[in-house]
Amino acid sequence: MAPDQSALQVRGLTKRFDRPAVDALDLTVRSGEFYALLGPNGAGKTTTLRMVAGLLRPDAGSVSIMGIDALTDPVAAKRIMAWVSDEPMIYDKLTPLEYLEFVAGLWGVNPSVAESSARELLVSLGLEANMHERCEGFSKGMRQKVALAGALVHDPRLIILDEPLTGLDAVSARHVKGLLGERVHDGCTVIMTTHILEVAERMADRIGVISAGRLVAEGTLAELRQQNGRNDTSLEDMFIALVDRDAVAA
Amino acid sequence: MTTTTTTLNWFASHAIRLAWREWLAMMTGGRLGRRRAVIVGLVIFGALLHAPAYAVIGRYATLQLPLDTSALIVVTATIFLAWALMLSQAIESVTRVFYARADLDLIMSSPVALAHVFSIRLAAIAVSVTAMALLLATPFVDVLILGGGLRWLSVYGVVMAIGLSAAAIAIAVTILLFRTIGPQRTRLIAQILAAVIGAGFVIALQIAAIMSYGTLSRFAVLTSGAVAGFAPGPDSILWWPARAALGDGEALVLLLACGFLLLGAVMAVFSAGFADTAVRASTAAVSARRGSRARSFRPGSQQQALWRKELVLLRRDPWLLSQSLMQLLYLVPPALLLWRSFSDPSVAVMLVTPVLVMAAGQLAGGLGWLTISGEDAPDLVTTAPLQPSRLIRAKIEVVLLVIGALFTPLVVALLFASPQQAAVTAIGVTVAAASATAIQLWFRVQARRSQFRRRQTSSRLATFAEAFSSIGWAATSALALSIPVAALVTGIMTAALLAATWKFSPRRD
Repeated sequence: MAPDQSALQVRGLTKRFDRPAVDALDLTVRSGEFYALLGPNGAGKTTTLRMVAGLLRPDAGSVSIMGIDALTDPVAAKRIMAWVSDEPMIYDKLTPLEYLEFVAGLWGVNPSVAESSARELLVSLGLEANMHERCEGFSKGMRQKVALAGALVHDPRLIILDEPLTGLDAVSARHVKGLLGERVHDGCTVIMTTHILEVAERMADRIGVISAGRLVAEGTLAELRQQNGRNDTSLEDMFIALVDRDAVAA
Repeated sequence: MTTTTTTLNWFASHAIRLAWREWLAMMTGGRLGRRRAVIVGLVIFGALLHAPAYAVIGRYATLQLPLDTSALIVVTATIFLAWALMLSQAIESVTRVFYARADLDLIMSSPVALAHVFSIRLAAIAVSVTAMALLLATPFVDVLILGGGLRWLSVYGVVMAIGLSAAAIAIAVTILLFRTIGPQRTRLIAQILAAVIGAGFVIALQIAAIMSYGTLSRFAVLTSGAVAGFAPGPDSILWWPARAALGDGEALVLLLACGFLLLGAVMAVFSAGFADTAVRASTAAVSARRGSRARSFRPGSQQQALWRKELVLLRRDPWLLSQSLMQLLYLVPPALLLWRSFSDPSVAVMLVTPVLVMAAGQLAGGLGWLTISGEDAPDLVTTAPLQPSRLIRAKIEVVLLVIGALFTPLVVALLFASPQQAAVTAIGVTVAAASATAIQLWFRVQARRSQFRRRQTSSRLATFAEAFSSIGWAATSALALSIPVAALVTGIMTAALLAATWKFSPRRD
């Protein structure tokens, strides 16, 4: 893989439901960067990421993950990618450790490697005491952490997260942010949607703002400020201004 | 400020409205656009139900009081069977009410005496159980009225009385269970109890028939001299339900009075504590249940990882546990029949085959839904690096594996009695299980396992096709052993039914 290769390249991605949800979207995320995708409710963030993760078939366009065409060779693309949704979907009747064993089995990870990685992840996410308990009694935050551990146990090169901090308390959110930061530091690429602008502001290398299925702004925080013409403005103010401007233009 | 009576009236209408909407949602699968289709379907179904009702009960329409002991026993046993089924349904309803948090916060925080409010909730359970029973009884009562006159209207009164008593006992049993063994165990035990009660009476009669007469026929026991010998005199209260059903006004009034009295007593005793019980049940945190003992991650292919996961989930599924128990209970009589056949050649071992084939089809349908449609982590398996076809294949293999594990011992035992019958049964079980699984595959939806109760509402066509396919293959297997030409006809008909079901199934990617 070339060092400058993009982790994700989306071209002309389109999805219509009763109206266009994603409208000929072009998006490039560089390898090893933390990319935050922001946008108001119904902007098309989740639809975009679901198409990238292979959960939804696009009407048109292409998706390339680490140079692999995800639409023609989805299995190869999925092998190096992980998806975490805002609603943690795990098996109530499995313990976190059993869940991670299953995930590792699906991704074909060596069992001994997977086991030590799974235990390490559960410890770092504060689930050490619960790793042998069935998930049925877990709070939403604990479930979200199990789902996140599942996404990380097979050591993906691209992690896609849709509102992963929803329902997490401050301590858990810090655990999750810490883990994601470590992964990016180790060369992994993270794409995350969030409504918590402070997280995007503090963690993201680059930020993309999506509105009505189109990318309306993109860049580092400094670049976005520059585009907005004000250096002292907060991301929240810029976000609202961008979305309002796009709504007026539409 | 409204009066207490007005508030309670309002709450009663609220409870009825909720029950009605829940029923409607269950019938329409949550799609209100289907309401008209559901009404038309129900009317047609109700009309069609008159045919089997006539076949079952038509010949009894001319029965008149006084009845001889044998007839009294048969009628009483039939009513008791209906009561057992209602009790089973009522236990399931009460458990559901307990564990749904729903509007508990609103009720608990409202300025109304909780004992009154929960009395209404208990009454609503009784009404819904009784209403459903009345609805199901209608075709049978119609047949009796057409053949024997309006005096059979009294059957409705009997259904109402036994419905009220079934609800009362279900409430008492569930609350007592709750207080004895706690909220978590009650949920599972109540489910198992409901399943066992629903099937237990029929199975007990069948076992008695096999042990005494070498047949599965319940009537052989009920009409036997031995049972008649134990029966009490004609004035016994045991015959009240039978006499009431046949138009004895006095017995009917007494029966209804007993039903209302029992429900009233249960409401008086339990409604004050019901609030506390319901709150404890709905808010009890699920205690930490340990998984299997700590062991190392096991090596294996993706397929093996899927199998392991499915098998663990099936093993830990309380619904499946209760349903499997019921299916296994249904297998007890044929197994017993088989065992008897080794020492007594006159035993009608032929009856084993259709029962096994039917049970395999039904169990495979339930298992098929749980594994194929009931996926709690659809995003995970969809984003896993494996072809969707491999995922589906693994799920189908698990269903067939479980069916194989359950039915192989019985088929092997049959091999010693009749190799030909064993071969026919093995083929029948395989085909019935494969057909039911295929139907689940064609009509698969994405749902959580906990939504199993509504599986029948997602597609009526799939439900009927699954039932008729199991019946069709059971009949074909039975006929293959007795009239092979007729088996060819039923086999072709069942295959045609499956082909038509496939044709009408939603298009798959």
